[in-house]
Amino acid sequence: MVANLGYGALVITFLVSLYGIFAAIYGVRKNAPAWVDSARNAMLLTFPLVSLSALSIIYLLVNGHYEVEFVASVTSNSMPTYLKITALWGGQAGSLVFWTWLMSAFASAVTLRKWDRDREFLPWVIVVSLVTLGFFLIMILFFENPFARIWSVPLGNPVVSLFPPAGGQLLVQSDGRGLNPLLRHPGMIIHPPMLYLGFVSFVIPFAFAIAALVTGRTDDRWIRLTRRWTLVAWLFLSLGLLLGGRWAYDVLGWGGYWGWDPVEIAAFMPWLTGTAFLHSVMIQEKRGMLKHWNMVLVILTYDLVIFGTFLTRSGVLSSVHAFAQSAIGPLFFAFIGLTFLTSVSLLLYRWNSLKSEAQMTSLFSREALFLLNNLLFIGILVVCFWGVIFPLISELVTGQKVTVGPPFYERATAPLFAGLLLLMGVAPLAAWRHSTAKTLGRAIWKPFIASLVVVALVLFAGIRQPAAILGFWLCAFVAFVTLYEFWRGAVARHRKSGESLPLALWRLIGRNRRRYGGYTIHLGVVLMAIGIIGIELFQTQTQGTISQGEQLKIGDYAIRYDELATFDTPDGRNVARAVVSVFKNGEHLGELHPRRDYYYESQQQMTIPGVRSTWENDFYVLLVDWEPVTASGATFKVFNNPLVNWLWLGGIVFILGTLIAAWPDRDSEPMAVQSRQPGYASAKA
Amino acid sequence: MKKTIPALLVFLALALMTAGAVLAQSGNPGEPTDDQVNTIAKQLYCPVCENIPLDVCGTQACAQWRDLIREKLGQGWSEAQIKQYFATQYGDRVLATPPARGLNWLVYIVPPMAILAGIYILYRAFQSWKRPSAEEDVKAAEPVPPPADDYVLRLEEELKKR
Repeated sequence: MVANLGYGALVITFLVSLYGIFAAIYGVRKNAPAWVDSARNAMLLTFPLVSLSALSIIYLLVNGHYEVEFVASVTSNSMPTYLKITALWGGQAGSLVFWTWLMSAFASAVTLRKWDRDREFLPWVIVVSLVTLGFFLIMILFFENPFARIWSVPLGNPVVSLFPPAGGQLLVQSDGRGLNPLLRHPGMIIHPPMLYLGFVSFVIPFAFAIAALVTGRTDDRWIRLTRRWTLVAWLFLSLGLLLGGRWAYDVLGWGGYWGWDPVEIAAFMPWLTGTAFLHSVMIQEKRGMLKHWNMVLVILTYDLVIFGTFLTRSGVLSSVHAFAQSAIGPLFFAFIGLTFLTSVSLLLYRWNSLKSEAQMTSLFSREALFLLNNLLFIGILVVCFWGVIFPLISELVTGQKVTVGPPFYERATAPLFAGLLLLMGVAPLAAWRHSTAKTLGRAIWKPFIASLVVVALVLFAGIRQPAAILGFWLCAFVAFVTLYEFWRGAVARHRKSGESLPLALWRLIGRNRRRYGGYTIHLGVVLMAIGIIGIELFQTQTQGTISQGEQLKIGDYAIRYDELATFDTPDGRNVARAVVSVFKNGEHLGELHPRRDYYYESQQQMTIPGVRSTWENDFYVLLVDWEPVTASGATFKVFNNPLVNWLWLGGIVFILGTLIAAWPDRDSEPMAVQSRQPGYASAKA
Repeated sequence: MKKTIPALLVFLALALMTAGAVLAQSGNPGEPTDDQVNTIAKQLYCPVCENIPLDVCGTQACAQWRDLIREKLGQGWSEAQIKQYFATQYGDRVLATPPARGLNWLVYIVPPMAILAGIYILYRAFQSWKRPSAEEDVKAAEPVPPPADDYVLRLEEELKKR
């Protein structure tokens, strides 16, 4: 009953979406506002309808309706209610509904808010949103149906389908298979929604860009209207990536935070183009240049979002065979291809009206450096995309499967990331339009000298690795430049207005949150880079089997195996928990409790590290194995991860900076738009 | 040049074999340490799971493969030999990066080529942008107001244009 209700709601949403697309196009073509209003109502109606469907799934999940295949595959009786709810995004079918739900909410919010102001764009924004929504609904309704039930048939294996097969009886099961234990971690509960929020909100700037192309209003109005959406999308995507990294670090038990897995890269790619876009729109806003390029970036971001959604859950890119067998693989590719070609055709159609209003005058100007930044971001994107797609090409051409693993990505992207850091240090000091090597040099020398002091300290500390010295120098340089920018701005304001320095700084940030939010993000990146350099270049590890009371040494540290207990928990786990003492240079620092959880239902195990975190390092101990019954000996893997906590601190600063930049101004947007109106009118005239 | 490459490879293989032998001898004779096993396992990928290095893979099969590495190390095999053995047995997919031969060259060539192409496009664009028109020549001849010197002016100007 509830399953039928949920499915029915999705069928109606699909029909409503088709109607909305038709009504919007018809209304614009015939200049009939009533049709456009009707399209808007259709858009608004999708949200309650998809909500009904999503809530139906949640109802089925929470109440253990294991006759529904999706419910049986992601929940079990022993799971707490909150996990049963979050199981909605624990599998492919539910994830797609969740995506659609968020999409309908965001698109409705756009049409609800500033309908009168953006009347010209909104019919096309509705079309783009509903086309995207419609595509996902097709996927759900015809290929990944979360409401399909399990039927037992007189002859043969049980059948999974929405409607009963001939002679089929509903197969009522008493328990499900349960959620993959790896997905039960708090990081994994919040991480997918954050990524999806990021993905979905990037559809909005794309929809406005397409609206601008279709309507021919190719000035920077679409950019101004979607500026905040872009930042919000970027915020969620960044948050999703960070949480994903933290989850991997806490749960996957390999002492790292990022493994260059295709699934991770899938979420990283739209972030790369999104970040390039965030920078290059500034050139369009300030100088009226790069209009074509911004369109290309927003189109790429949209298609990478679709690609990412598809890649994260389906797993069909793992082999040509899996791809050919799955129904959704070719469909996703067709949709990506179609939207890409349509968007690019529209862009080519409007090519001439997107001509730059100004010329690049100096190699050292801010805009020129932003272009270089874009080149580096796109370079990293090419490396990532190629690395993800190459195994498939190789298998297709030679029949031989290959792995493109971390060493490839690390080698290829490290110089590009270093280049980005360098630009992060130079670009904020370069002026728009006029900037010469001389003026730039005059601004740079003080932070440069300060950064050399840090290099001296690094050398003094005994660090000799060239990569580390370069990395720390870059971090110091960017940090000093950025802090210097805050300082110079605050002092200038303090001198001019007589405000106290802290107040001047506060007001300075308040007056241009986007600029100083951006600088705060840069500081966050520096802190993250310190953590990354620490763990990537200085991580040490050892593994060994020791008896009770024996020690295992790693550098200055040692662990002593004290005891191990195994026990069952009410939520269906068998836990093996070791107690180890940690020593540094012989001094007892405390106890750690690495453990291994075995989930009876899914027959999967998880290795939870015991971690001692300080600003200096994480001392990270994993329980690998132990003597059965007596537990007299156990095998441990121990990591010393220097500076890794700076990565997480940097993540927090990064998000804080994004919040500063994205925080709504009081009615600033309509003003900003109005102030550009004369320009637009004259351009049109 | 053609002759030097095989010679180099032979030298490299010999060097690696010697290094491997030294490595194998550093632990208990005949019983390589977990760290020695992991050093090699880290560079190999689980032949059955997707994208999981052999040193962290939790499956039974991977545990057996790690034991195999231990066994081979115990027999005095070098790191290169063991890697080669796994690649021959299970295909190139067990290696962390595709061996640079045949079609695989593309994986290493395409990204730098794309980036070089990007640099070239940017260079051309800069060239065309920098070429001043006659009008701009006249403008350039006029005295330009002192640039970045006056930080406050610039800051004010930039803050104005939000």
